Formats: sequence, structure tokens, C-alpha cells
Amino acid sequence: MTAVLSVENLTVGYRTRGTLVPVVHDVSFEVEPGQVLALVGESGSGKTTTGHAVLGLLPGNGQVTGGRIRFRDQVLTELGPRGWRDVRGRAVSLIPQDPGVSLDPVRRVGHQVEDVLRLHTDLDARARRDRVLELFELVGFTDVERRYRQYPGELSGGMRQRVLIASAIAVEPDLIIADEPTSGLDATVQKQVLDLIDDLRARSGTSVVLVTHDLGVAADRSDLLGVMQHGRLVETGPTAQVLADPQHDYTRRLLDSVPARLASARERVEVPASREVVVEVEDLRKVYGDVAAVDGTSFEVRRGETFSIVGESGSGKSTTARVLTGLTQATSGRVRLLGTDVTGLGRRGFRPLRRDVQIVYQNPYASFDPRFDVYQVVEEPLRSLRDRPPGSGGRFSGRFSGQFSGRLGGRRPHEDEVVAALEAAALPADVVHRHPRELSGGQRQRVAIARALVLEPKIVVLDEPISALDVSVAAQILELLRTLQAERDLTYVFISHDLAVVRAISDRVAVMREGRIVEHGPVERVFSAPETDYTVQLLDAIAGRRLTAGVP
Amino acid sequence: MTTVVDTGSVTRPGTDPAPALEQPAARERPLPVRALAWLGGHWTLVLAVAVVALVLAWAVVPGAFASHDPLAVDPAGKLRAPSAEHWFGTDQLGRDLYSRVVHGARASLSGSAIAVAVGAVVGSLLGALAGWFGGVLDAAIGRGIDVLLSIPGFLLAITIVVLLGFGIVQAAVAVGLTMTATFARLIRSEVLRARTSTYVEAATTSGASTWDILRRHVVPNSIAPTLSLVTVQLGIAIIWIASLSFLGLGAQPPDPEWGRLVSDGRNYIASRGWLTLWPGLTVVAVVLATNHISHHLTRRDAS
Repeated sequence: MTAVLSVENLTVGYRTRGTLVPVVHDVSFEVEPGQVLALVGESGSGKTTTGHAVLGLLPGNGQVTGGRIRFRDQVLTELGPRGWRDVRGRAVSLIPQDPGVSLDPVRRVGHQVEDVLRLHTDLDARARRDRVLELFELVGFTDVERRYRQYPGELSGGMRQRVLIASAIAVEPDLIIADEPTSGLDATVQKQVLDLIDDLRARSGTSVVLVTHDLGVAADRSDLLGVMQHGRLVETGPTAQVLADPQHDYTRRLLDSVPARLASARERVEVPASREVVVEVEDLRKVYGDVAAVDGTSFEVRRGETFSIVGESGSGKSTTARVLTGLTQATSGRVRLLGTDVTGLGRRGFRPLRRDVQIVYQNPYASFDPRFDVYQVVEEPLRSLRDRPPGSGGRFSGRFSGQFSGRLGGRRPHEDEVVAALEAAALPADVVHRHPRELSGGQRQRVAIARALVLEPKIVVLDEPISALDVSVAAQILELLRTLQAERDLTYVFISHDLAVVRAISDRVAVMREGRIVEHGPVERVFSAPETDYTVQLLDAIAGRRLTAGVP
Repeated sequence: MTTVVDTGSVTRPGTDPAPALEQPAARERPLPVRALAWLGGHWTLVLAVAVVALVLAWAVVPGAFASHDPLAVDPAGKLRAPSAEHWFGTDQLGRDLYSRVVHGARASLSGSAIAVAVGAVVGSLLGALAGWFGGVLDAAIGRGIDVLLSIPGFLLAITIVVLLGFGIVQAAVAVGLTMTATFARLIRSEVLRARTSTYVEAATTSGASTWDILRRHVVPNSIAPTLSLVTVQLGIAIIWIASLSFLGLGAQPPDPEWGRLVSDGRNYIASRGWLTLWPGLTVVAVVLATNHISHHLTRRDAS
């Protein structure tokens, strides 16, 4: 028995209203010393539940209903609370999902890391402090004395994640469960954090169970790969083998959904330079307080083109999107949309342009009024702009008929157009009467796309439209966007932090950093021959090199 | 790759992994059973609603509940103890106390309804303006609210009644005005939250005008939390109206009103305790009931 961790026929259920709903079925795997097992799957696949079961951290209504979890020679599933306390932190530790909420905001981070040492070692105060400083150095902090005294609020997301890693490795456990350790972090920070985990593993022979939704991360960083779907481990094996020769349908489908592998990446026809310029931005500046969020950017987008703006958080890409959609005014510079100068226009002045310029948000659910059903969501632009062009006589009749006939049931005034828009977004017509809360994430984003398209706009700003979606759903949305663009000659301004996605969908790309465009050009050129160090660094940080290796 | 769109696009609810949530176990039992189970679990709420409903019925059709004339003086039968003929006894003029409590419901309830209506309308308007426009207006209204809250509420109500003149409607308006601050603060925060939400931003990009956004998104989404505040304020208003009437600033004699009845019975509290007890208990029961309903609404909102 050499395995550090062996899970045999694990079954976990959640108790809701008296009935036990199983969420993990019959999962078995083994991890040997120094190995990394990646559990991948989409949301609801049971991967996090599996990880938490290994740590005995299931929520109050969760329960292991069958199978065994064995750690070295201990059977974890038979431990009482006292036994668990002894194992957790000392022998098995967790790197949690969200560094933002996993640290106590009112205690210094040094003391929080020290807690683990106080619980599991006999070190005195001075020795503990020295050990924490040593750990901070290990996770790549300089100026460790200062970090020790800082509060979580003073640290960036990446730094907080390092603090959590420091406390996870404080007493050199044999096994680390890393639950989505890098989701929500920028690509370059993600790379640093993953490098760090790799490095620690190489140095101390710790085994790692890496729970992630990101196939790229899993492919690059694991020895073993387990693919989960609907609570079952559908495929498991050495990573290289699974990637090269996936056996299960679902694994194949997941791999095909990876943006870097999407066919569209290699099929784009260049938009001829003779087409009219529909978006023209010249030396745009937007200043909040005394910080310039956007600091002198210029670019042009032609009709039918997909222009992407990539950058990490705080690079000014979202502010640019807000200026383009008239949600905020530029401080200086010039913005022309479809030949109209919109630089000085307020929200009211921008209204006539809304018919032609629409936006799709990252989180579709938050962009729907919680009281609205799908029909009302998609109908809103029609009610606002179609019925009563500003200044026309039909103002009141349009407004009130829309309001009340909608409530009385039966056919609603814009039903045909709304259904047509939903069908264009590849949704079945019957969702029109449902509430967005009954829909899945992908369906909600389709509803948001239908709303953006219902007025048949010319320009659509896509603000991270697929970042919150599972990879296979994201691939479908990308395909949908591509099809719609071809059918309707749409112009896209695509905002994203994900270079792999940008590569799959764009014609031209601009890389933003600290409010400036550091590089821009045709997507193939930027990706194959980047001119600035920052772009090189970004490209280097893309996870999933091993995924695309086999693709011509 | 278009095949992906074709097969994947028809994401019917059943085939999608996410709607696995749609299988509540409660659906299996028939409706009457579920209704009974719900009522059994919420019997205190049922009781509270029953109390409020009874008192509302008193206010609407007092004649159906009390056969005596609340104003009929009977010198021969004054200060009688409770009996089968006079359930709550009679007062110093021989009037039937039960009838006066039943008839008094109208003054007390309409008074507190007016008070809450004034408070909710004026307060919501101020709060909505402050939350929506922000800036100087927000600061001005905000400081005004602070000043209002720094004056003891009941003292302020008395002052306003003195300015407006005595009477149940004046007392109601006075109580309502002192309540505006509470409503304004709640609505301001709700409007502020809605205003900065993504769905309001999405409505802006959909081309909705400011007025449309207020009417369609901000107001409806701010009303739900106001509802539980309305019920709790209703209870407070009943007490305050009764208190003002007790002091002689509200309902004027001979009209019955709960606070007034307590005040009238006060002189006989040692020997004829029921004259203060029954009107007092009525107020307590109604206020407890409205508070309980409010508590339920708040909890439902939170979950």
C-alpha cells in the first residue's frame, strides 16, 4: 500500500427537506506520494464535494453514505471530531477557493498562519514567528516582516492566496487539497501561484489533489487526471494519456470545447480594409478622482470585425466598454460610433444610439430585473425604443399598453419579436414564459444575447460574456456569437482577460495595461510574434499548453 | 463546428445539468395536505392574522358585532361589572364598554392607517429622491432626517398636533410625519442598491429613460422590503394614536377610541379595573398581532 490517499467507492449525499440527494456516486481513486491528481468537471459535477469529503468538511447537511477514504493507514471516514482535528492541518490541508473570504479581515495575516503552528507543533512564540517568516519567504514574499503585520485587506488577491498556501504548508502535510486555488486570479498571477504549488511539491514530496474547472490548468499541472460528470468519475488515468486518447464521450466533448481547440480559431476571413469604420476612438482618457483608468487609447473597428481588448484586472478594459456604451463620459479624447461623435453626450443624449449599440454583461443574471420573466427581459429594449421614438405622440399609449396587457396573460404585444430573438439565440420558444432563475447559466447568457439583439443593433460590446460559464457552455456561446455575426454582419468589441478565448474569436486584438494599449494588431500576429514584454508574459501565462500541443 | 450549435443549442431543461434543482420533494403530497401542514407550522401567524381580521371587521361593520349603541347613555346602569348583557361592563355614563371598544376600532385603525400612509408616501418620496439623485439633495434630505430623528418622536408628534389642532386626523398626520424619517432611510438605501445594480445599467443600455427605469425597476424592487416596515409601523402608530387620544389630543368625546377609553376609565382604575383593562388589552393584542405579521414578512424577505 504505497498510496497516500485512496478513495474507494465514495458516495456522498446532501439532505434537503428530509430526503437524501446523492451528489457523488461511487468515486474511487488513489494518489501516490508526490503526485498531483486533478479533478476536473463543470459546476455541479461533484468535484468540490469530493475534495471536501476527503477533509471531512462537508456542510452540515452533507453526509458520506458509502465507501471509504483511506489516508496512509487511517480510515478517515471512521474518524470522530477529535481524530479529524488531529489530521486536518497536520497531515492533510486545504487551499480554499476564495482567498477573499478565507482570511479573517480583522487579524494580521502572520498571526493567522501562526494558528496552524500553535495547534500542531510545540514551537514557542519566537520559533513560530520565525517559521512564519520563513514560510512567507518560501511563498515568494519579499519584505516578510511587513507582510507578517499586514491585514488581509491590504493584500492583493494573489498575495492572499499565497498567505493561504503558506498556512496550508506550514506543518508540511502529506496531502494538500487545492480547491480551485487560482480561479478569480489574473493569468500571470495564476501562473505564479501554480508554479509555487509545483515547486513545493517537488521540494517536499507532498501529494496534491487539484480541484479545478480549468482543463488548461489541469493539463499543465497534473500527473493524474480524473474527469467528473454528474457526480461520477467518468474517466481517470495518467494526464498525458487521457489528453491524447480520451475514452469517454464527455472527456472528448470537454476537450473539444477548449477555446484554443475551437475550429473558429483557424477559420476567420480577414475583414477587408475597405469596409467602413464604425468605432473610432482617439486618445481616450477617463479619470476617476486622480487615477486615470483609461489613459490615452486610440483604436478603430471596422464593420463586421471582432475587436478584442485584453488585459488583467484594473487595466481599463471595462472602463473603455462603459464609454463605448454611453454609461460613462470620457474625460477627454474623441469617440465616434457609426459616424456620430458621442464624446460629450450624456445618458440622455446617447439614447438614440442605443438601438445600434448594445452590451452583453459578464453576469447575465445580475443584469436581469429579479422581478422580470424572460419575455419582459427581452422585451425591454422594444418597449423603450420601438414604441415611442423620442418626441412622438404615441408616448403614453405605448407605455401603458405594454405594461398592462402583459399582466393579463394571453398574447403579449411584442411576442413575435421576442420569440424570434430567443430563437436567434438558439433558445426554444417556450422559455419566454419562464423566469431566468429556472434557467441554467448558459441559457441565461443566451437570454442576455437575445435582449441585445432584439433591436437588431450594429455594434455589440461583449464584456467578458463567457467568463462565468463552464467550458462546454462557453464554447457553445462563442459559436453562437460567431454565427450571429456572420448572419447579421455584427461588429463586436470583445472585452476579456482570457487570451485563449480572444484568440478563438477575434480579428484584431489590443492588449491593455494600466490604461494604455501596449500592443495591438491582427490576432495571429500578436499571438505568434508579440512585440512587447508584457504581451510575451501574458501569452506565457496561458494555461493549457499541453492541450493544444496535439492540434495542428 | 456548427453541429455544436445545433445539438447544444436546444438546451432543454431536462437535459441541462443545472435544472437538477427543480425537484422539490414537497410536490408529491396533495395540495390540501400541504396547506394543512403549512397552517400547522404557522399557527401563531394564523392567530395574528385572525386578530387583525377581526379588528378590521369591527372597524368596517361595527353593528354586526355589537348590538348596543356606543353613545347611548343609561344613568341607571352605570359602572356595571362585566356580565352577559354588557360583556365588558359599562362606564361612568352607563354606556356599553364592549360596543365602545368595537366602535372605537374605526377611529384607532383609520387613524393609524392614515399615519402610516402619510409616513410611507412622504418618506418614500424623500428617500427615493435622495437615493436616486444623490449629491446635494441627498445630503440635504439626509441631514433633515438626522434632525428629525434627534427629536423624541412622541414630543414631536404632540407639537405637530398642537399646531394642527386637536382631532383624530390631525393626530394621524402628526404621527405620520414623525414616521417619515424611518421610511425615507429604508427607501433611500433600497433605491441606492437598485440604482447601482447591473440590471438598472442594462435597462439604461436598453434605451429606457430615467422615468422608465424608476417606474419599471427601482420602485417595484424597493417596495417589497417596505411592506414589513409598514406592518411594524402600523403597530407603533396604533399605540401612538391611542397615546395622543389618551392625552386628549386625538379623538374628542363622546366618540369612542381605544386610548380615549383607557383615559376615561383611569379615574376608576382602583375599583372598576375592567374599564381600563379591556381597551388596553385590545391595543396590546392588535399591536402584537401586527408585529408578528411583520416579523414573518421580514423573515420571508430574508430567505
